[in-house]
Amino acid sequence: MSREGLINLALGLGLLAFPLWAEWAEEPFMITLSTRVAILALAGVGLNLSLGLGGLVSLGHAAFFGIGGYAMGILASHAQSYTPIFEWPLVIEGTKAMPVIWLVAIAAAGLLALAIGALSLRTSGVYFIMITLAFGQMLFYFAVSWPAYGGEDGLSIYVRNAFPGLNTLVPLQFFLIAYALLMAVLGLAALITRSPFGLALDAARQVPVRVETVGIAPYRLRLIAFVISGMITGLAGALYADLNRFVSPAMFNWQTSGEIVILVILGGTARLFGPVAGAAFFVALEHLLGGVSDYWRIYLGLVLLAVVLFARGGIVGTLAGREAADG
Amino acid sequence: MSFSLFVEQLLNGLQLGVTLFLTASGLTLVFGVMGLINLAHGSLFMIGAYAAAAVAGATGSFLLASAASLAAAAAAGALIEMVVIRRLYSRDHLDQVLATFALILILSEGTRWIFGSFPLYLSIPDWLAGPVTLPGGIRYPLYRLTIILVGLVIAAGLFLLIARTRLGIRIRAGESDREIVAALGVNIAALYTIVFAIGAALAGLSGALVGAIQSVQVGMGEPVMILAFVVIVIGGIGSIRGALIGAILVGVTDTLGRAMLPDLFRLFMDNSAATSVGSALASMLIYVLMAAVLIVRPTGLYGARGA
Amino acid sequence: MAEPVLQVQGVSKSFGALAASQDVSLDLVPGEIHALIGPNGAGKSTLIQQIAGALRPDAGRIRFMGRDVTQLGIVQRARLGLGRTFQISALAMEHTVLQNALLGALGASGRPYRFLRPALRDPDLRRRAEAALERVGLSEQMWMRTSDLSHGQRRTLEVAVALTLAPRAFVMDEPMAGLGTSGSKRLTGLLDELRHEAPILLVEHDMDAVFALADRISVLVYGRIIATGTVEEIRADPEVRRAYLGEED
Repeated sequence: MSREGLINLALGLGLLAFPLWAEWAEEPFMITLSTRVAILALAGVGLNLSLGLGGLVSLGHAAFFGIGGYAMGILASHAQSYTPIFEWPLVIEGTKAMPVIWLVAIAAAGLLALAIGALSLRTSGVYFIMITLAFGQMLFYFAVSWPAYGGEDGLSIYVRNAFPGLNTLVPLQFFLIAYALLMAVLGLAALITRSPFGLALDAARQVPVRVETVGIAPYRLRLIAFVISGMITGLAGALYADLNRFVSPAMFNWQTSGEIVILVILGGTARLFGPVAGAAFFVALEHLLGGVSDYWRIYLGLVLLAVVLFARGGIVGTLAGREAADG
Repeated sequence: MSFSLFVEQLLNGLQLGVTLFLTASGLTLVFGVMGLINLAHGSLFMIGAYAAAAVAGATGSFLLASAASLAAAAAAGALIEMVVIRRLYSRDHLDQVLATFALILILSEGTRWIFGSFPLYLSIPDWLAGPVTLPGGIRYPLYRLTIILVGLVIAAGLFLLIARTRLGIRIRAGESDREIVAALGVNIAALYTIVFAIGAALAGLSGALVGAIQSVQVGMGEPVMILAFVVIVIGGIGSIRGALIGAILVGVTDTLGRAMLPDLFRLFMDNSAATSVGSALASMLIYVLMAAVLIVRPTGLYGARGA
Repeated sequence: MAEPVLQVQGVSKSFGALAASQDVSLDLVPGEIHALIGPNGAGKSTLIQQIAGALRPDAGRIRFMGRDVTQLGIVQRARLGLGRTFQISALAMEHTVLQNALLGALGASGRPYRFLRPALRDPDLRRRAEAALERVGLSEQMWMRTSDLSHGQRRTLEVAVALTLAPRAFVMDEPMAGLGTSGSKRLTGLLDELRHEAPILLVEHDMDAVFALADRISVLVYGRIIATGTVEEIRADPEVRRAYLGEED
């Protein structure tokens, strides 16, 4: 097994072992933190597909994270108030079933990514960064000014949504759901990276004209990658809202996009388990420094600055050395 | 909507437009000359506002406060450029985004640390308070009118600076070819610091001017920075003229949309539904405008480079 | 003479005051190597870009495989069977040599949107990619990172990627540039065979290779074709001699 493979195994097992230890030590808050790591990592895995493999620096993934969150919030709030979402042309009821919520979140995020991607991918470079940022912010303002679902105050859910056969209110069980989804999506990301599509996408990041010359359109590759990426981040958004039992426009805020980018970069761009390492580091920093100083983001900023200026491979990249990320 | 209300909203839009221009011009200049995307530009806006609020609090002079906003933002800009930004010119955009995002975290939290979480207030000086009567009998706040005039004067000054002065020639040369400028013996490092500081000073002044209408608080710069991005995308990256046109388009569209869309929906909806649908759509209007420009001209109205 | 595969008809292209192509016409018939030569700055690259679909001509038409492709982009022309190699290697440097060849095979397969089975384990893609690498003599370097290849090996890989496409016509922009004598000789042998599979429009500075390979030569000077003919005709052409002698002053 390669060095990166060993690091990935350690990260995967570590993320599982920590909450198990917390369960034994009766530290439920540590389990919640682990769940947060798993969910943020999932959002990062989504972004990594477009950012790492596709080279598409999206600063608007909060749009997908947020729409996933609102998919959960809207479905669950209708279910808890027993009011249908639509009565015409056909009656659509809310639901508290996680699998249904996930599917709706994935579909909504995918459609949104299709629309945003179709426009933004007409441009590249700095334009792409600014435009994705702007579209993300558009949804933020929309969520703030649309009063039906809480507007600025957001939506609260009284009881966490249900998963057949599990009690999601038990922290460890909810963690396991998030962990299982993370592992499944990591597996999917690994497949996509090695697939013909992944090969072409990665090549389109490096030399778009080469890909065109063999008869493949980079725009379409990128749009597909962007949509898959948005879907994964949307799923993470639904879980995140379920973790907090709350969704608000803050999920759409551009700082959220920035934080997802940060954890991908801190972990190591285009490294499969990079987002896991990055999310763990991010949550640990937030928890540890947040306990020491109210102004812990100054330290986060300094760490980030140091990583960008001096340690460019991120955590996994620095540990694994310069072997091909897609070996 | 009556005619005088329409004119008033149009002027409000113009006022938003010129303050956006002050912020966007620095951003677009820095991109055009140095090829750098600077997310922390909004922080310089905030620094200007805080400097103005602090000086106005200590001296009571609005003019001193405005001067302080220019000086503080220029100094902060020059310092940031020399310590951090300079190392990013040769890096890719992702690194620039990350490092300047880190700067936002540091500057925002640093400001919160120094000034606390409560907003500061910067009041409009007595000699600029109150309304004036415009031709046609329309009454409009003198302060906002002053912002428009100051903004337009600065815009004209910026055009003259770039078109007529030695510094402007170097800036234009820097946009087209960095090596030529270096070959001409211009001190590139100093030129970049000056350009960055000019952009910072304009953003800072904009922060001070706006700070007297809103409140001065941490995070006030980011919404402005994102609007400035929309302005630049519409106007075309690197173009000062594009920034001016884009800023006024965005300012007027946003203001008129917020004022008129709810009324428009009231024509065929009940009152409360019209208010909520209208205001929600109004908040998205400038992004729709941006999307429309992108479909027609992916490099913006005055953009040449594909970036 | 057989029906031309590729026809450039009266193509003109200007950049501001600079006329890079002026009423250029040439064609490529099955079985031939048609060399395009000319001094630096004659507009060879601009012409190749227009043939490949990277630039649109201001006037004139380009026909390929019996179709007017003037308005088509690079992707569509590649799908119709245009195999291009670049003057400056356009390869995925972070990928292995095999991955670069696989990309070509993937383009040729017409089905790039496959997400599950690893590209490296797809037997059809592998066969096609490895056959092309074998043919240019890069089999041993298959697992090397492309950025670790020598300059000459990268040029050769360019040709291999074009081979995976099994194109109907090749457009090669200075494939010999930077190759050593042995590499150049090997590639000359390969092109000699290839012309029977698909005709080659060859832009080349290496005159030994051009004279050894070309069935016809066109000479481009200041955006104009000043002569087209066989090797002997071009060697004897006074205008060509003047243009080239003029350059040597």
